[in-house]
This record gives sequence, structure tokens and C-alpha cells, in this order.
Amino acid sequence: MSSRFLVNSGGSPIKCVGLTLLLLSGCETGARPSAPGAQSTPVAPATPVAAAEPIYRGVVDTALAPAGRNLTTIDPRAAKYYDNPEAVKVGKFLFSSMNCAGCHTNGGGGMAPSLLDNQWIYGGRLEQIHQTLVEGRPNGMPAWGGVLPDDQLWNLAAYVRSMSLPETLAAQGSGNPSQSPAPVPRAVDADTGWAAPAGTTNDYSETLKGPDGPQ
Amino acid sequence: MQTSSVNGRSVTAFLVSAMLAPLPTFAQSVPAPVPQSEVFTREQIGHALAKPTPDVGRAAPSSANAPRDDGQWSMPSKNYAATRFSSLTEISPTTAKKLQPVFTFSLAVNKGQEAAPIVVGNTMYIVTAYPNIVYALDLTRPGAPLKWRFSPQPVPASQGVACCDVVNRGGTVSDGKFIFTTLDGQVIAIDVNTGRSVWRTQLGNINKGESITMAPLVAKGRVYVGNSGGELGVRGWLTALDEKDGKVVWRAYNAGPDADVLISSQFKPFYSGDKGTDLGVTTWPTDAWKIGGSTAWGWVNYDAELDSIYYGSGNPGPWNAEQRPGDNKWTAGMFSRDPATGQARWFYQFSPHDEHDYDGVNEQILLDMPFAGKMQKVMVHPDRNGYLYVINRSTGQVLSADPYGPVNSTKGVDLATGRPIINPEKETKVGVQVRNICPTASGAKDWNPSSFSPRTGLLYIPHENMCMDWMNVAVSYIAGTPYVGADVHMKPGPGGNRGVLTAWDPVRRRPAWEVKENFPVWSGTVVTAGDVVFYGTMDGWFKAANARTGAALWRFKVDSGIVGQPISYRGPDGHQYVAVLSGVGGWAGAVVSGPVDRRDGAAAIGMVSAMSDLPKYSTAGGTLYVFSLPR
Repeated sequence: MSSRFLVNSGGSPIKCVGLTLLLLSGCETGARPSAPGAQSTPVAPATPVAAAEPIYRGVVDTALAPAGRNLTTIDPRAAKYYDNPEAVKVGKFLFSSMNCAGCHTNGGGGMAPSLLDNQWIYGGRLEQIHQTLVEGRPNGMPAWGGVLPDDQLWNLAAYVRSMSLPETLAAQGSGNPSQSPAPVPRAVDADTGWAAPAGTTNDYSETLKGPDGPQ
Repeated sequence: MQTSSVNGRSVTAFLVSAMLAPLPTFAQSVPAPVPQSEVFTREQIGHALAKPTPDVGRAAPSSANAPRDDGQWSMPSKNYAATRFSSLTEISPTTAKKLQPVFTFSLAVNKGQEAAPIVVGNTMYIVTAYPNIVYALDLTRPGAPLKWRFSPQPVPASQGVACCDVVNRGGTVSDGKFIFTTLDGQVIAIDVNTGRSVWRTQLGNINKGESITMAPLVAKGRVYVGNSGGELGVRGWLTALDEKDGKVVWRAYNAGPDADVLISSQFKPFYSGDKGTDLGVTTWPTDAWKIGGSTAWGWVNYDAELDSIYYGSGNPGPWNAEQRPGDNKWTAGMFSRDPATGQARWFYQFSPHDEHDYDGVNEQILLDMPFAGKMQKVMVHPDRNGYLYVINRSTGQVLSADPYGPVNSTKGVDLATGRPIINPEKETKVGVQVRNICPTASGAKDWNPSSFSPRTGLLYIPHENMCMDWMNVAVSYIAGTPYVGADVHMKPGPGGNRGVLTAWDPVRRRPAWEVKENFPVWSGTVVTAGDVVFYGTMDGWFKAANARTGAALWRFKVDSGIVGQPISYRGPDGHQYVAVLSGVGGWAGAVVSGPVDRRDGAAAIGMVSAMSDLPKYSTAGGTLYVFSLPR
């Protein structure tokens, strides 16, 4: 199994209240996936596993976290493409030579969506963009997994992630955008969980507290 | 929480500061218009090469191809002559100002709506942009309620091979069936009474970059369909299906060996440059014809007088012409074929070795016209390359070619050879920004069809006034991805108005009048026996003009820009109605309907540069509007 599907299950204990009909593997306690046929038997108490043992969770594309959990996935393979000026440079070359620009132009889109606006249908973290490149997407994005070496897909992901960075946009001048891509800071992809939108004035401290205290 | 800080730095603080920092502004404003001095005048080119003939009289529709109007509108072009002329007279220059909407209908699809509504048997049929839903509306009941709908569910990935929005140009009713195409390459016939499919035929393959957007032509028991994908290195074709069961009767490729192009002893092109063996192979670098475009995404005519079909072929691919030296037969030209066998009869190439994306797919209107003192059976064809061609439809000889919009990429058409005279200053090159090329890649006019009135003898041409900067870029072919190789930035043509409605006199070879529009006129036109011409604008006005003078008569603001084909029909109550779809989009409207960012002027293959202000004027939409006079 690819390491990008492995997630450290450490963290706060979770509640499975109201979730007994769901697969055990969805519970934070890190249960192993149910055996075939397990659905027909009463739900057994989850078997705890060592905190260090990773569980399968895929690359998570949603901020909606059932039972108040943070589902952020961390793919260790992404690490070396952050803060990496070479990665975005190589990615820029590939973006043109593999005809990405044919649909996305210089990030402004056309046949395919804009990449300049920091709006991501399938997630904008490096590992999510990488996953989109590998798997393709149903509304017209081709699947490049196996077509290009994985390292090149990560470089492409870094360039795509860079396009909407303020630093890259600021470098546009009067010409085409995305010509001087800034390296992708690790911090932009950190997941801080749910937060009040910037510029709102309500006190969200109570909102942020779950039934059992802050997450 | 797994990651609350990175390198000891507060992530939240970083994110908030990034969000609050003022975004850089790019003020992607519409470029300045190209100066008038950059383009040739009509007198400098067209007329210098072929003096205006002293012809008098008037053009008339080819009568066998434009039968008496029954008040219906069964095909987008109205009739085989493609006059888009309605004989109804209730709406006139006197009464038009009283026009009012009588019903509307939401298409539930907010993409470019380029189709013509179809009216047969007191029912209106509409096919939407992707996902190509078909609606049947009952015109006999108040508010024209829905009779049925049909959802063909084209594969969503087909959106990824549609070059210029996910449009559809309409269906046709024939023999109790509504026949239309889907973006993912199907042709479907629906029973007009039940709304169920009679047959479905898969013709295109999205994994080769093929899609279908054109309106099929149905004639003499055959359905003619061509593919789209000239920006994805497809190999273009026209296919004839049996109208009864959808089975393929023949397919003619528009490039490749003669056997594939259906060229044999019947083929009698007028010009010597089109004579030879396997020109569809030898006028290309090795094997380049296999990925050379030459699609057939525009209009097909059937000529009942000469029993021929006519259609134009699309641009050669890639756009970077330096990668395909040669004339690139049979791209960017006009075919005449035998409808029974598909065998080619003649071909004429508007733009040999096209360097500017000048597809040859625009409409042709079949007329009988005085030329050089005698009546001739002709087609008139306003091409993307800026010339309005009058072509003898028996022989393929060009009788005249006059610029109807700004032109500087060529200096006229040499009528001895049929070839345009290339302006070397506007040839495209790798690594060089060639400035101010006119017309632009989308042409002095794109797909949106003209209409012709036998009462005025004028052709009502909806078109563009745009130019462009172009730099070739090396490009590799990867199946299913774009194969373009050009960095294009479009801009307004001389005067700054990006659109024009021109009433053109094909006999005297000059405009009778023109109406300037801010945005490209990307809708079709319809003209009526009441001497009213209707068209829509991309900023959302549906307009009526006097067909004799161009004077504005009436306008109505709809919900979104108009890029569709208006029609006029007689309702069940005997009164005249006018119908049009709103819903801005298509190539020119992609900056509104598409997932496009106007900070990138090259986006939508260069169109965004010229259209970046459209979002200030129109939002996306998709609505049927029907108008009539109050009673």
C-alpha cells in the first residue's frame, strides 16, 4: 500500500456515539477494518491498536469532520516539495511540455478551471493536488498516474500550488501570470481545523468547543 | 489537532495575515483597439483583384432549397438554402416596438446556449449545452408547459475535450424524430411524441479528443454529423447515418489518403492546387495529417437542385503552423460531396497552410444570383479569414471574395489560383510576438449564422471586429490533451467596437448598412418578411432592427448574454412569435460561463484578453425567451 494512505492515528480519543452503524474503521480509536460479513453481527467494542500504528484513511478532500475529528492526512512524500524552488521550476516546465497549459493556460484556465484563484474543488494541499494528477477527475481532468514518474507529478503539484500564492501572483507584472513561481511554504498547507472566517466579529470560542471541550 | 505549528511559527497567524494582505491587482483591462491604419481597406484588396461587377438585380434563395414557409422552424438553418428567413409579417418596423415577452423557460444549464429552438407541430424542442438536455414544450397550452424531457447523460469527462465551452448548436425534427448530438460524441434520435430514444449512435471518442457540438443536417433519409476537436489533434470527418436506424452509411475523412477522404474519379476541383493524388498526405509532414484537425463542426447544407452536400473543414492542428509545413489539405476549405456515397465532387481551400486558426466551417447560404451578367447557382460564405466568398456551387469556382471585416493577414484572394495572398508581416513564428493580426483566431466571424432576405436581397451577418497578438510555441501531441502551440492575446479591431451586424449586398459586393456593437455579435440572426432582423448581444440585449436601414426598432434585456440562434414561427393561435435562448458562453463568453480567470489574458485560447470586461455586463444563464405583439 502506498504510504500516502497511511495516517498517524495519534491524537485525542474520539466518541463513536451515534455511529454504531458505521464501519468501525471510521472511528478514531483506530480500529482495524471490519472483516467481511462483520456488518451483520453486533458491533463489537473497538480493539485499540498501538497509537503509532497507522490506519488507512486515503487523502481527505473535505473539511467536514464527522464526530468533530480532524481528518487531515499527512503524506510524508510531500515534504521535500515544500520550500523547494527547484520543484516549482521543474513543475513549470512540465506544465507546458505535458500540455497542461493547453487547458489551464498560464493558470487562468479555459477548457479547465482557473488555478490562480486558490479555490480547489478537490483540495489544494500538495498531496491533494498530487492525488488529482494521479487519479484524474470526472469532469475532464485526465489521469496522469503511471504516465509520468511520481516525482514529476509532485513537481507539477508544487507548481500548481504555487500559482495562487500571493508571491507568485505579485510577480506577474503586466505579462502572463505564473511565469515566476514562488516556492510553496510548508505553512500554507497546514490544517488548523475549523476556524472562524477572517473578518468576522462574533466570539466563536463557544462554537469551537465541542460537547467535551475544545478540539 | 495534528499540526498546530510549523517550525514553532503560528500557522493561524500566517494564514490570517496571508488572507488579509491585499491581493495584488492585475487590472486586466481590455487592450487598446488596433489602429485603422493597420488594416487594409476593402478597396485596397478585394476590389483591386476583381473589380466590382456592374451587376444589377437581386440575389434570391435557391428556390428548390427554400420551399414555401409553413410557419414552422424544423431545422436550425430554417431550410436547405439556410436563409433563416421567416415569411411572417405581423412584426414589422411599425409594430416591433410593441413586442413583449410571452413566456420564458429555464434551461437549468448555465453554459453557452448556442442552439436554435425548433418548432414543429405546435411543439418547441430545445437542446441545451452539456449535459445536452432536450426539452419539449407544448405551445398549445398557456405558458407552454413541458411535454417531456430527455437527459442523454453524456460522460462528464467530455467537458475536458471541449475547446471552447460545452456548447450545442441545436437539433432537427424530421419524420417524427428530434435528432441531435451530444458532447461525448453521440447522435440521438428521439420520438417526438414519447420523448424516448429511437436510436443512439456513438461516433466520437473522447480519448482521441473528439467531441460533437454541431447541429446535424437531416436530408433525404440521411443524417450528416461531423466531429469537433481541432484544438486536440483529432482527425476530422463527416459521417452519414441512416435516419431510420442510425447506422453509419459512410464516413469521409478531411485529411489523409484519397481512399479515406473519398476522393476518386468524380473529384473535379476547380483550382490546380487541389488536383493530385493523396494531397491529404503529401501536403503534410510525415503522418501529421493523422493528428491534423480538419474537423467538421460547422454547418452542412443539402442542395436539392444539384443533389450535393456542402460543408466546411476546420483549422489544421496544431495552431503552430511551423510544425506542419505544406498546404495541409483538406483543412480550412469547402467540400462538395455526393450525398449517396460521400464521394468528393470539388474542394476549395480558403486558407491553405492556415497560420491563424481560420476554420472554414462557417455557414453557406445557397442563392441564385446575377454575376457577370448572368444568373448563377452560388453559395455565399462569410469565412473566418475575413472574406465573404461567392462560390459557384456546381464547380467550386470562386466568383468573388471581398473583406467584410478588418483584414491584414492577407492582401486579397487571387481569383486565378483561388489562393489568398499572404501578408508576410503577419505570418506566425516561434518565439516572436506578431502584433495586430486581423482578423483574430475566432475570425472576422465565427460559427454563428447569417440570414438572407429575398425581399431586400441582403445578407445579415453577425460578426466580430477583433485582432490579436500571436506567438507560436512548440507543442507535443499527447492524445486527449490540447494540441495548440500558440500564445494568443486578442484585442478590439479598429474603432474599438468588438462586434458588428453587417447587412451585405452580395450582388454589389458591399455593405448596405452596419450596426456597431460593443461585444462580438456571437448570436445568429433571423430576418422576416416584415423586414425586421433580430439578433442578440453578449451583454444581454435581444434586438430588432429595420432590415432595410439597420435602424434600431426595439430591444429587451434578458437575464444573460445571447449567443444563440433566434427564430420566428407561427404559433397555434396563428400569430407570429420570435424565440431565442439566452445564456452567454461559447469561446467568446467563456470568461463568464467557463472556469476562467480574467487575470490571465491568454486564457480561453487568447479570448480572455479581449473579453475581460464581460463579467461586468453579464452573468451566466440559460433561459428560453419567446416574444410576440400584444393582443
